[in-house]
Amino acid sequence: MSSQAIHKSWVDRNSPLYLAWRRFLKNKPGVVSLWVLAVLYLMALFAGFLAPYNLTTQHPDAVYQPPQRVHIVHEGRLVRPFVYQMKKERDPVTFINTFVEDKTRPTPIRFFIRQGEPYSFLGIKTDLHLFGVPYSEGYFFPLGTDQFGRDLLSRILVGSQVSLTVGVIGVLISFAIGILLGGISGYFGGWIDTAIQRLIEVLLSIPRLPILMALSTVIPASWPSTYVYLGIIAVLSFIGWAGLARVVRGQVLGARDLDYVTAARAIGASDLRIILKHITPNLTSYLIVTATLALPGYIIGESALSFLGLGIKEPMASWGLLLKDAQNFQSLNLYPWLLTPGILIFVAVLAYNFFGDALRDAADVRSVD
Amino acid sequence: MSMPTPTAVATSLVEVQNLKKWFPIRGGILSRVVANVKAVNDVSFDVKRGEVLGLVGESGSGKTTVGRTVLRLIEPTSGTIRFDGHDITHLPKPQLRAYRRKMQIIFQDPFASLNPRMTVGDIIAEPLVIHNLEGSAQARTERVAELLQMVGLNPDHIRRYPHEFSGGQRQRIGIARALAVRPEFIVADEPVSALDVSIQAQVVNLLQDLKEQLGLTILFIAHDLAVVEYISDRIAVMYLGKVMELASSKDLYRSPKHPYTEALLSAIPVPDPTVKRERIVLQGDIPSPINPPSGCVFRTRCRYAIKECAEVVPELREVAPGHFKACIRDDIL
Repeated sequence: MSSQAIHKSWVDRNSPLYLAWRRFLKNKPGVVSLWVLAVLYLMALFAGFLAPYNLTTQHPDAVYQPPQRVHIVHEGRLVRPFVYQMKKERDPVTFINTFVEDKTRPTPIRFFIRQGEPYSFLGIKTDLHLFGVPYSEGYFFPLGTDQFGRDLLSRILVGSQVSLTVGVIGVLISFAIGILLGGISGYFGGWIDTAIQRLIEVLLSIPRLPILMALSTVIPASWPSTYVYLGIIAVLSFIGWAGLARVVRGQVLGARDLDYVTAARAIGASDLRIILKHITPNLTSYLIVTATLALPGYIIGESALSFLGLGIKEPMASWGLLLKDAQNFQSLNLYPWLLTPGILIFVAVLAYNFFGDALRDAADVRSVD
Repeated sequence: MSMPTPTAVATSLVEVQNLKKWFPIRGGILSRVVANVKAVNDVSFDVKRGEVLGLVGESGSGKTTVGRTVLRLIEPTSGTIRFDGHDITHLPKPQLRAYRRKMQIIFQDPFASLNPRMTVGDIIAEPLVIHNLEGSAQARTERVAELLQMVGLNPDHIRRYPHEFSGGQRQRIGIARALAVRPEFIVADEPVSALDVSIQAQVVNLLQDLKEQLGLTILFIAHDLAVVEYISDRIAVMYLGKVMELASSKDLYRSPKHPYTEALLSAIPVPDPTVKRERIVLQGDIPSPINPPSGCVFRTRCRYAIKECAEVVPELREVAPGHFKACIRDDIL
């Protein structure tokens, strides 16, 4: 007997999952994207701490202030990082306000500064910020301000909590529905299959944006912002599950006639056991890949709705909502820093796509090591 | 129609009578049945306890469908299947489970037949878990190790995954899984067709040893006559969903009575360049099972075909003791 040879290590070096992970690590863009996503999500998690100001704090004397540059040299001497306060000047011809650095007012940046309205992090109320400038000495807006003089960096950070989680929760919901209905459709077939497939076809034949807009009008304007957030996710998931259910059905249909599934039936395994032990585990890698590739769609969907004014509403923030401020040409021309949230959407979507591609290559059992 | 049942004596473990399996083809908006693929069309045979019955035929002859229908993995269209004297043709699922322990299957493709996400130990132990056979996990592990040894694999491989094994080794794992429940009857569905020739002999020998050792009854499906001759006691030749000839393997090879068998045997290469013999090359392809020829299904490719062949469906009749053929002509061969 060889039971002593059957040792358990914490990771099985020959399990398909471990091999897939090793293949993934060889994909440079995928690994970089994973790091980018990790940084983005950490930033969203610690948004309150990283943001120098509160999401809604308005600074009437600093409306549309451009980003302040960080300096380390003042009057030819190397000093600790500081910013110059901005002086408002009015162009005598066009009457347009412009900000210029006031070289006489260097303000050092403080780290781990306690000020402003307390925010709550994991249930702890605190007013600690990573960096900032004391209110008594002036302002520090690293990415500039908007029309109410609110700090754009703080709003982007807090907004990322919405933009980055909409996708994850949305994918989870639509996957739950999609896997259930697609699985039933594929495994049992017959009239159930036909009914579900026709429903999906109807859902997919309606153009995406109009139906999103129509559905989002169902969310009452009087709802508190957290409900609106959940409402938006529900709207996006309502559309998202259909395509997925169809894919799952195809996979299940293919897996149902595999020899090892037939073998399980020959042994006398129940339908439930076959689905849970033989069909689903062999779909997981595929589903993870599909989920990763579907996620950018949700980020963009939320941005589109918010951009059109049908999604997340003030005083909440999301990247799409922030972009709304850059809607007209004039503000774009005068205040180009308002486009920064767009860059973040771009980065997040691209990272998810590269990450998903890398996962797909890694999950493909046939790919050579 | 009346069909004589070949030697349905008490020693039969599996009896198949007038088995039909038609796969409907649906079409149109209302998805009505527009045609049927007659994969198995009125097949009768029996497998005696302790024997190996070879089932040969070219691809599309319905031999795999017969194997799976006998195990109730495919529902038969009509006919009866008896196992150990009990009619299991219409047995509902819960009652059928008891029989699942007694009959098992070995698959052709050793790569598709093992779940890639399960360890070898889990794969072989699954039947034991489902039928709650060995009680404790420890007893199961011991049984799995014993099974691995039985099929010639190292019991230390219990924690490995299928992708770490070669085709021949995987086939051994498949055999171990089939043997886990101590079955009486095994359908070996082309168990060596996907393997290298050098490995084929090993696996066939293993099956033969296991058969002797465990007293198994085997329905051995293959398209390779040489392999079948070696392992089988009796052989049934199928063509287009029907049994053409059924005889002991010695009789069938020495004196085939059916033109189709004759043609098949003439295609076996003989490892002796000095031997000169007639090679019968069948003309054309196997006809479509959707619309098989009238009368004898083989007549379109038969070199002995006469006018009457298109009119009557030849019955499988005994032409010599234990030797059956489905051909109306007795003046040939």
